[in-house]
Amino acid sequence: MNAAYFEFVRIRFLTMLAYRVNYYSGIIVYAINIGAYYFLWKAIYGDAGSLAGFTVEQMTTYVAVSWMARAFYFNNLDREISNEIRDGSVAVQMTRPINYLMVKMMQGFGEGVFRLLLFMVPGMILATLLFHVTLPSDPVRWIVFFVMIWFSFLINTQLNILTGLFAFFVENNEGLMRMKRVLVDLLSGVIVPIAFFPAWGRAVMDWLPFQAITYLPSSVFTGRTSGTETWHALLIQVVWFAVLVVPIVLMWRSARRRLFVQGG
Amino acid sequence: MRLSRLGYTFGLFKEYIANYAKVKLTYRADFWVEVVSDLLFSLTNLLFIFIVFQHTPTLGDWSESEVVFVYGYFMIAQGVFSAFTNLWNFGDRYIIKGEMDRVLTRPAHSLAQVMLENVDPPSLVSSLVGLGIMGTAWAKLGLAFDWYDPFVLIVMVLGSVLIYTGIYITLAAISFYSDAPTGIIPLMYNIQSYGRYPVQIYNRGIRFLLTWVLPFAFVGVYPAMFFLEAHRNVFMAWMTPVVGLIAAGIGLGVWNRGVKRYRGAGS
Repeated sequence: MNAAYFEFVRIRFLTMLAYRVNYYSGIIVYAINIGAYYFLWKAIYGDAGSLAGFTVEQMTTYVAVSWMARAFYFNNLDREISNEIRDGSVAVQMTRPINYLMVKMMQGFGEGVFRLLLFMVPGMILATLLFHVTLPSDPVRWIVFFVMIWFSFLINTQLNILTGLFAFFVENNEGLMRMKRVLVDLLSGVIVPIAFFPAWGRAVMDWLPFQAITYLPSSVFTGRTSGTETWHALLIQVVWFAVLVVPIVLMWRSARRRLFVQGG
Repeated sequence: MRLSRLGYTFGLFKEYIANYAKVKLTYRADFWVEVVSDLLFSLTNLLFIFIVFQHTPTLGDWSESEVVFVYGYFMIAQGVFSAFTNLWNFGDRYIIKGEMDRVLTRPAHSLAQVMLENVDPPSLVSSLVGLGIMGTAWAKLGLAFDWYDPFVLIVMVLGSVLIYTGIYITLAAISFYSDAPTGIIPLMYNIQSYGRYPVQIYNRGIRFLLTWVLPFAFVGVYPAMFFLEAHRNVFMAWMTPVVGLIAAGIGLGVWNRGVKRYRGAGS
């Protein structure tokens, strides 16, 4: 059974490998984003040594590692799921003896692993050579970081699945998907670390799952979070993962009951 | 002859808009969802600017209101552009699925038809919001207001819109020559968003790229420099309509040549 799921990871990985143009242009997109934000933050810092507790070096590392982590956790499962719901192919998928949502998650994972190996690793090496990125020397920090971006992937994918499943209940969830994408980029801390938000903003963020996607793992990687705080950050991720399972299961159950495929 | 042809295309434009309105009124919720998600996107960009300026008084030598002013201008141009040029899936829909054949059997210019079939008026709402943002920043900066400013603004926005339009038409027209350059358009979209900040903060290479190679800086900071007294640079500002005409000319030229080469998708 598990072998079947693993097969989905493998196939998606190979599919990604086949579309090479997208791969090259993806590398350029990430290089441009990192480069532009690097200069933007340099201008923001000006002569200041540190802002919101981030030194310039930490900020550079933060920008680089956040975009690299995004390469791993990012996927378009929301769009894939809602397309399959709208064109009705989800009905065929439901008749198979495997869990549809697990299949989707595995496909997303295949995509993530592809980008991790062929994107994130070379990208990080390049960024380290070009900018003043300081990599952690402590091996435990590396291990914790990789565990944390695994949870980033899980939580981000859960949000994508939730957004995608809305296609069962509304005619058009296009706007919802676009909003989710914008919100995740802003509130997860890719564009600006949560520490820069005003106090009330941070208080709100503490109660939302978005910071678990980028801000927490990147803070651990840059060394802003250390000691027992690291385990605390990891715990927040685990809790959010567990909490988000509930609405997905509920939605999936009621969706199966109300599914009717248009046309045919 | 030429003038009557323009009149003809304009008449078509009215018909297409009327048709668009009919379709959209059937799905009213979609219209508002799109408006709201456009505005949310702009809001997050503005939030970024506000958050950053809580920690620093200036960005390079640009103040918060000046950066917001540039962003307001960017929103105006971006809104008008997205309303009329919506070629994101041109290669997919017209070349691979073969709808180009249908377009070519009709008498109006192929580009005009493709653009009209994809008009997206909701984007104009963000132009209005951009105008409001720019106006607020204008008042905050205490900039002088001359009688010719509205006219200059119109010319500048037209120039900026022509730049975007020209570049995206060129990219869409690549589909006539090679198959599926799917990766290029999102790539452009990423680069384009860097025009919304003053390019002076970037290093020399990126600045050159955004000014003379992919002139996205003319959709934002340079035209805004006509109005911003502290950064006034009339020459670069007036380059906006010039670059706009050049970009649009290139776009149209590549398109026309591409259409001649077009052989259909087969089958």
